[in-house]
Amino acid sequence: MSEAYIYDSIRSPRAKGKKDGALHEVTAVKLSADMLRALKNRNNLDTTLIADVIWGNVTQVGEQGGCLARSAVLLAGYEISVPGLSINRFCASGLEAINLAANQIKAGAGDAYIAGGVEMMSRVPMGSDGAAVAVDPDLTFGSCFVPQGIAADIIATEFGFSRQDLDLYAVESHKRATNAWKNGRFKNSVIPINDQNGLMIVEKDELFRTDTTLETLGSLKPSFKDIGENMPGFDNVAKLKYPHLERIEHNHHAGNSSGIVDGASAILIGSKSFGEKTGFKPRAKILHSEKVGSDPTIMLTGPIPATNRLLKNRGMKIEDVDLFEVNEAFSAVVLRFMQAFDVEQDRINVNGGAIALGHPLGATGSMILGTLLDEMERSNKGLGLATLCVASGMGSATLIELV
Amino acid sequence: MTDFKYSIDDDRIASIIWDSEGKSINTLTLESSVELNNAIERALKEDNLKGIIIGSNKKDFSAGMDLIVLQSMMKESKGNFSGLAFKTIMEIHRTLRKLELAGRDKKSKKRSVPVVWACPGLSAGIGTEIGLACHYRIVSDDPRVKVGLPETLVGLFPFGGGTTRLMRSLGALGSSQILLEGKMFSASAAKSVGLVDEVVEAKNLINAAKEWIFNASEEDTYKPWDKANFKVPGGAPYQPSGFLTFVGASAMVNGRTQGLYPAHRALMSAAYEGLLVPFEDALRIEARWAVKLLTIPSTYNMIRSLFVNKSALEKGRARPKDIAKQNVKFLGIIGAGMMGSGIAYVSAMAGINVVLIDASKSTAEAGKGKVGAILQEGVKRRKTTPEEMKSVLARINATDDYNELKDADLIIEAVFENGQLKADVTKKVTKYISKTTIIASNTSTIPISDLAKASINEKNFVGIHFFSPVHKMQLLEIIKGEKTGDRAVSKALDFAKQIRKTPIVVNDSRYFYANRCIIPYINEGVRMVGTGVKAALIENGARQLGMPVGPLQLIDETSIDLANQISTATRNALGKKYIPDESDDVLKYMVENGRLGRKVNAGFYNYDENGNRLNLWPDIASAWPNHPNQPDVDTVKNRLALIQALEAIRAFEENVLMDIRDGDVGAILGWGCIPWAGGPFGWLDLMGTEKILELCKQYSNIYGQRFIAPRLVHDLHKRQQKFYDLVAQ
Repeated sequence: MSEAYIYDSIRSPRAKGKKDGALHEVTAVKLSADMLRALKNRNNLDTTLIADVIWGNVTQVGEQGGCLARSAVLLAGYEISVPGLSINRFCASGLEAINLAANQIKAGAGDAYIAGGVEMMSRVPMGSDGAAVAVDPDLTFGSCFVPQGIAADIIATEFGFSRQDLDLYAVESHKRATNAWKNGRFKNSVIPINDQNGLMIVEKDELFRTDTTLETLGSLKPSFKDIGENMPGFDNVAKLKYPHLERIEHNHHAGNSSGIVDGASAILIGSKSFGEKTGFKPRAKILHSEKVGSDPTIMLTGPIPATNRLLKNRGMKIEDVDLFEVNEAFSAVVLRFMQAFDVEQDRINVNGGAIALGHPLGATGSMILGTLLDEMERSNKGLGLATLCVASGMGSATLIELV
Repeated sequence: MTDFKYSIDDDRIASIIWDSEGKSINTLTLESSVELNNAIERALKEDNLKGIIIGSNKKDFSAGMDLIVLQSMMKESKGNFSGLAFKTIMEIHRTLRKLELAGRDKKSKKRSVPVVWACPGLSAGIGTEIGLACHYRIVSDDPRVKVGLPETLVGLFPFGGGTTRLMRSLGALGSSQILLEGKMFSASAAKSVGLVDEVVEAKNLINAAKEWIFNASEEDTYKPWDKANFKVPGGAPYQPSGFLTFVGASAMVNGRTQGLYPAHRALMSAAYEGLLVPFEDALRIEARWAVKLLTIPSTYNMIRSLFVNKSALEKGRARPKDIAKQNVKFLGIIGAGMMGSGIAYVSAMAGINVVLIDASKSTAEAGKGKVGAILQEGVKRRKTTPEEMKSVLARINATDDYNELKDADLIIEAVFENGQLKADVTKKVTKYISKTTIIASNTSTIPISDLAKASINEKNFVGIHFFSPVHKMQLLEIIKGEKTGDRAVSKALDFAKQIRKTPIVVNDSRYFYANRCIIPYINEGVRMVGTGVKAALIENGARQLGMPVGPLQLIDETSIDLANQISTATRNALGKKYIPDESDDVLKYMVENGRLGRKVNAGFYNYDENGNRLNLWPDIASAWPNHPNQPDVDTVKNRLALIQALEAIRAFEENVLMDIRDGDVGAILGWGCIPWAGGPFGWLDLMGTEKILELCKQYSNIYGQRFIAPRLVHDLHKRQQKFYDLVAQ
């Protein structure tokens, strides 16, 4: 069996996912193509070697519909022989793209892939592709669908995280992101985005704040209290699944939840022979990946069974992993991961995460794997694990080893 | 012979007038739906037809589908029920669609004739659905007009096109109180919610219908969904405007119904899926979900208890047949507290003159004041007119003078629940009334045979257990003492009919039927607390079982010190024979800590100073720490259901409860006991004797002897029978 290696990893800056965000004027296909062009240019890549471009993208309608992956390949000027595959595993789409590519390489199906993703949340609003899982009564009555924010509040209630716990975590995310930018930790991976004339549009993440404190977060109102307790009353649905809870404490808000942003990322993955053929130097080996389904109501605890399955199948212990990226969808998701595995915070999300930097749904998976790799190289850590919680109750996890 | 009378007048307007043979109110049967179809076809073949009027020869338009016919269809048809039911429902859809298109033909460019619905009185269910298929709906301004689709209240949903048409005409939000809540609307309310188009004077109903036909334009004969560019009001599920509404609707209904009611699920699915396809496909989808619903056993149980057996009791099934009708004309009520004033309200509303007596004139007046407050609330919510309020209050004479009782033909003693006090009052009353006057005691716990001893003639003494609040609770539990005569029982039943309550008749014993089952339910909840089950799990488990109120909330309402007194008295009475119970210490602890219930704003729950319930009292978990192994919610649900059901079985074995049908109707209406299953006996049958015996064995080993299966369950199991095999239906 072949091994799969990461040869390069890049991402765009993450810009506010609003009309005043820097990337709002950029199309999804251009930003995707920019990623492909950047990988090609900085590696002097012969694109005929690429077996497929696998592109994570959640809201596949409008400009993100119609197999955006292939559209991006065409716009990027890749050889016509390179196909494209758009995939959706919600928030883990970007990581799933990598896992699909790596596993195909391991199985001998293709030598090199580009995997990554994009989400222009300011242009194609989250949820605008519809979702039977949220709305079809034939399904929702049994599965007890609640929105993600309610799910995050269930986690915090069930596992005992207070508003202060959640806010403290969020403050730390901003602190770490600020520190990472100050020390240039993202400089090798973040690609400035230019217009068609070469004029720079954005070169730095927009969302994180250098002045976030418990006090500034303290004034924010809970985001999901009203839909939980009043109309339409999602807490009643939550309690159908969690009947031992008297009430759901609503403590998540805009400041301790991931930010809505625009962004894209891409990773060049290949076999060992691809490296030999091209002379590219592998940076990390993709050791293992897992994906798993979990209870759709609490929804966001998937990283735990995904990680457990991964550890079990590799015969490892949690202590063996040096560094973690656990997507900061909500504070409670990461706090629960730390609690479940008894992992200290100094091994997790050391350069901040989606709370400070934003969560461009389809791109985040490959972004955090790239961030993990950069940090492993910088701090010389051998084994790293990236994991994300996924809507509808799923989890994905990927383990990499520095070469 | 036909239920739909057909005629055509000189103006070439065809009238299809509903007049069910031999019935006081029109209901649709399989045969009459074919007759309706034939009448529509006949009209549409007329030369030079100008329009069609759909009306009724009776005071009302229709009570809906004949559910007894539906029930027997569900019971009798075995293998191919689904196929037959689907075919039948689709026939009704085709009939009403024919009416709606009214001869329109695209190819020959034939226009529709205008079709108008003229409704003189009540219209429910399929009656209203026939109206919804018409182009225009006119109702009379008669106060008896009530229009709506109450199907969900008996475990069904509108599947005669009502769901599909309302979702398309009013949207998800606009139709929710009609479809989901099953509300019935007065004429003016029906107009304002969009169920009808026009309200006219009763005598002008048919003229107004003709007038509309004369003036109708071609546009008027098109339903919105038959026009180009039709848009769903408020948005369809996958339109940006509608998406969140539908996400929310699904969650709201699921949460509020605890996911227990398949009718609501089927309705929601028919509504959602129907809006994703063209109209005729939507009708077919509606029919498919209807068939699915009709094949679920709990649906049958709900119709049985909430319609068939409830109606039978209201029509007097339990009444002795050979006693002449004895409507109450003049009612004497002793005790103007909450119960007495509630009884005064419902009686005066039914046109009965009332004398409301209390120890002093001022307390009696205060009782009348409570009636005024209920009426005022009705006026505020436009359920009562100010004139009605005035005339109702005029029927109530509040006084402390027992001489005013002399013309009363029924006395209801409704003083505080204390045997001695009740006996004293009864003795006093007998001095002022004739020997033949019936005396009823409103009591929820004290044996009627004991109370009867204070009266002159025990034959004329009966128990009437009202539930609180009287003006909202539908059930009357009528209790026959050992010597209570048929005339007294009949009087109580005739009174029940007058005040539009549903009566069950039970034999005397401590706590009768209702409280005999409610008390163990409460105690089981308290016991769970005493064994470290999380209070929230107990309360949520009860709700997930379909109980309106958890046992801890309920004991807060009924008072914790009372429960403690009962428990202490029982302990003292039994002495060494007493089996210690986990609930004893809990009750004692609560009382010692001043947690007496809602009346002191402190019980298992915390309350604010206005008596609004807040959170569960956190100290419970300190005094009885949560056990590390919590039961699953199904165990909590089964324990709470079984403890009530077993007591209901024992009441039946002891002939306190004489008919399990009454047991189910009474349990649902009296204390909201498992309505989705059609009541406790319905629940037992859904579970099956095998499962029940297994649970009894398991629970009696773990939790105590109270879960030992009664003889009857073993007998039924041996005979491979269900509880409802014991009654002839």
